[in-house]
Amino acid sequence: MTQNWPLWEVFVRSRRGLSHTHAGSLHAPDAEMALRNARDLYTRRNEGVSIWVVPSAQITASSPDERDPFFAPSADKPYRHPTFYEIPEGVRHL
Amino acid sequence: MTATETTHATPAGPSAVPAAALALGDDALVLSHRLGEWAGHAPVLEEEVALANIALDLLGQARVLLSMAGDEDELAFLREERSFRNLQLVEQPNGDFAHTIARQLYFSLYQHLLWTELAAGQGPFAPLAAKAVKETAYHVDHAVQWTVRLGDGTEESTRRMRAGLDALWKYTGEMFRPVEGVDVDGAALEQRWLAELDDVLSRARLDPPEGPRTGAWRAGAGREGLHTEPFGRMLAEMQHLHRSHPGASW
Repeated sequence: MTQNWPLWEVFVRSRRGLSHTHAGSLHAPDAEMALRNARDLYTRRNEGVSIWVVPSAQITASSPDERDPFFAPSADKPYRHPTFYEIPEGVRHL
Repeated sequence: MTATETTHATPAGPSAVPAAALALGDDALVLSHRLGEWAGHAPVLEEEVALANIALDLLGQARVLLSMAGDEDELAFLREERSFRNLQLVEQPNGDFAHTIARQLYFSLYQHLLWTELAAGQGPFAPLAAKAVKETAYHVDHAVQWTVRLGDGTEESTRRMRAGLDALWKYTGEMFRPVEGVDVDGAALEQRWLAELDDVLSRARLDPPEGPRTGAWRAGAGREGLHTEPFGRMLAEMQHLHRSHPGASW
């Protein structure tokens, strides 16, 4: 039975102002049930205010083989980091 | 209490509250145990967690209610079968998954209407009902989602859903019998229940079950301590640990 149910990726927003974060995956027959299963599996300890479910098959992922061409060139460009100015006090979520 | 409220006395005095709490608490406790029996046996892991979550909601409700009636552990673990006041519907064995969903559909629809009504009032159950109504709304949603999928699914799922609804139909009449100390209009509740059930079943492309809504036992029997045969075995399993090791704790 489980083999026939597609896999879904679950994204949970823990509170307003934050973005949805990948929480895990689950099996469900359709999107509506995936949402409910996600509620039961990933928000039972009051972790969330919003849930997204996405069919895992719809996600295109970068390959580990492409890691160097994809990510290495950014390693030696420190000027891209926002570390050259002071963050004013009171700014949150940075 | 204001003068107006004292002149318009509720149907039951304060002495009826523990008895009413026992009846509603036993419903929640017994159904919680039945749902807990799915642990390790559910068709898929996700559904096992869903059923366990519902069971835990009900156990929480049962603890509050039984504490209004006495010592929760004594009431749950040391009473004999004839002292339980739950509906016969909730003690019915799980059967297959569709059978469990049919039981959930019948009971959750009823319990949601009941908590909604009690939450709107000023009675002793209002604080619990206000919290429980949200939990029960989810139980209804779970049962409805599955009823629609199984009812309007494959030939086999339709057959099983149909069988579950038919088999449990005769236990549904008891839910609307008056319980002393529970200030709701059973007949009005029943009309709303039938209307909501009808709506769900039409979405599931299922005809409403036919036949009487009470069994060989007259309606109200569970509330008077008369239970069906499988209940004794369920109680034996539920109570044996506490009875074998009195006073044991985690």
